[in-house]
Amino acid sequence: MGDLFNLFINSVFIGNILLAYFLGMCSFIAVSKNIETATGLGFAVIFVLTVTSPVNWIIYHTLLGPGALSWAGFGDMDLSFLKFITFIAVIAALVQALEMIIDKYSPLLYASLGVFLPLIAVNCAILGTSLFMVERNYTFIESIIFGAGSGTGWMLAIVSMAAIRKKIKYADVPKGLDGFGITMIVAGLMAMTFMMFSGITL
Amino acid sequence: MNPLKKLFDATEKHFTGSGKFSSLEPFFDATKTFFFLPSPRNRHTPFIRDHIDLKRYMSFVILALLPVLIFGIYNTGFQAGRSQGLDYSFLEAFLLGARYVVPIILVTYAVGFFWETLFASLRGHKISEGLLVTGLLFPLTLPATIPLWQVALGISFGVVIGKEVFGGTGRNFLNPALTGRAFLFFSYPVSMSGDIWVAAKNTVDGVSGATALSIVAPEGEKITAALSLAGFDLSSLFFGLIPGSIGETSALCCLIGAAFLIITKIANYRIIIGGIAGLILTTLIFNLISGNPGTWMNAGPLYHLCAGGFLFGICFMATDPVSAPGTNMGRWIFGGLIGCLTVIIRVANPAFVEGTMLAILFMNVFSPLLDHIILKQTTAKRIPNV
Repeated sequence: MGDLFNLFINSVFIGNILLAYFLGMCSFIAVSKNIETATGLGFAVIFVLTVTSPVNWIIYHTLLGPGALSWAGFGDMDLSFLKFITFIAVIAALVQALEMIIDKYSPLLYASLGVFLPLIAVNCAILGTSLFMVERNYTFIESIIFGAGSGTGWMLAIVSMAAIRKKIKYADVPKGLDGFGITMIVAGLMAMTFMMFSGITL
Repeated sequence: MNPLKKLFDATEKHFTGSGKFSSLEPFFDATKTFFFLPSPRNRHTPFIRDHIDLKRYMSFVILALLPVLIFGIYNTGFQAGRSQGLDYSFLEAFLLGARYVVPIILVTYAVGFFWETLFASLRGHKISEGLLVTGLLFPLTLPATIPLWQVALGISFGVVIGKEVFGGTGRNFLNPALTGRAFLFFSYPVSMSGDIWVAAKNTVDGVSGATALSIVAPEGEKITAALSLAGFDLSSLFFGLIPGSIGETSALCCLIGAAFLIITKIANYRIIIGGIAGLILTTLIFNLISGNPGTWMNAGPLYHLCAGGFLFGICFMATDPVSAPGTNMGRWIFGGLIGCLTVIIRVANPAFVEGTMLAILFMNVFSPLLDHIILKQTTAKRIPNV
């Protein structure tokens, strides 16, 4: 139990998927203009990550991994070179389902997320989490916690970024830096403050 | 008429409108308002009859920093003497300390004002008095033996990336002085490391002396015993004749400055009280769960309060009105979490000995979000009454 809690804290703060590994930057920069939209996308990412990470775990450990097919009599088969395409397909399918659900129950959020909801499918944070999960040999339960933690960390980052962007709306940014430029600088400064946790071992 | 006023009036036409040096107008304006009240008056409502303006506001912070600064200069000289076994008189120590500290402050102000003037004249805003405070806070967070080019680099990063790219004072979201220090801290960890250097007169490298926070007691001993053995009992941590960054060592001087700022209502007491409360609470929790009596996990709240740069940070850095939350509830939470995170980093993070700077910067990132959430809650409460 304590280990799982540590893993969660670790993936939210210390190994923040966005500010420590810089995955999922595109939607982070693009959808952080408004706090409500950012919160909505944050929850969507948490959901997608919490589901895709264990689903991909099951697929990897029953079909793709080295020796995973031994239940079917192919003990020496190693299909792990297929993991990229398989993970992406699983993620895309799940995002498609999520899109339909959001469209049905919250058209407002659906409209404000716009094109970025389907783009979750190619959000590097999602694929990155699944690949980290394989790389670090997590167990099934750990993969759920890791997915949820990464999503929470991503949401924390994008929501605080949206709040900062709301604050610096009144800033007088030089012309050349306006828009994405200043957002990149803010992201860099945020990453610098998140270095506070680097070095903590849980 | 005052000759100085005559001089300003005579030269004003060159700097305003289509004068020869109109691009230097911010510089002229800053020099003039240094001596006289600013001439523009408010033309529209609201009119508020109050003598406090940005300049008065910032000069009060400078006044509050004076005890810290003077003590810091004396302590630098005192530590330099002690590291060589010499016992300087007060004046000798003060002069020796000034030889280390004054160049750092001069370089900070020179480089800082260079960037500020450049941006002001290129972008057409006024030179802000905020730099006076940033330029004094920044050197006070540095160890006395830091190379001067690093000082210049740090303040450049703090002023340009921390403040000017957002349009100057009041628009940044991180504390500029701490941004500069964090930049140096991560770029040049050797000269900024936890073993803060003691200024030494004749050696090139200086003598490295352990600060209180980096001490770990030998097996089976208590941390407080090991601390007093190394010369860090509670009273020396409180009065501050110990090695450390220039301004951080004396808890007493920081508290004097904080009292001045709270009485003049420059600093918000909620942040300071909240921070101290958060620190004490977290320390007590760690004391309860701690297994090893020899680490800082087991040091009492007063030790955590007086050691390191916590009081300096919470009194002068965290209370920066620009980067702190603007709602009162937000200030309590902001301060409390700074105290809490400081202890967590000191105790749980083996990479960093001191956590105040990073805790304040981290909470600066979240202060707009705190404000947003609290404003939303407040308005939600009031909707039924509308």
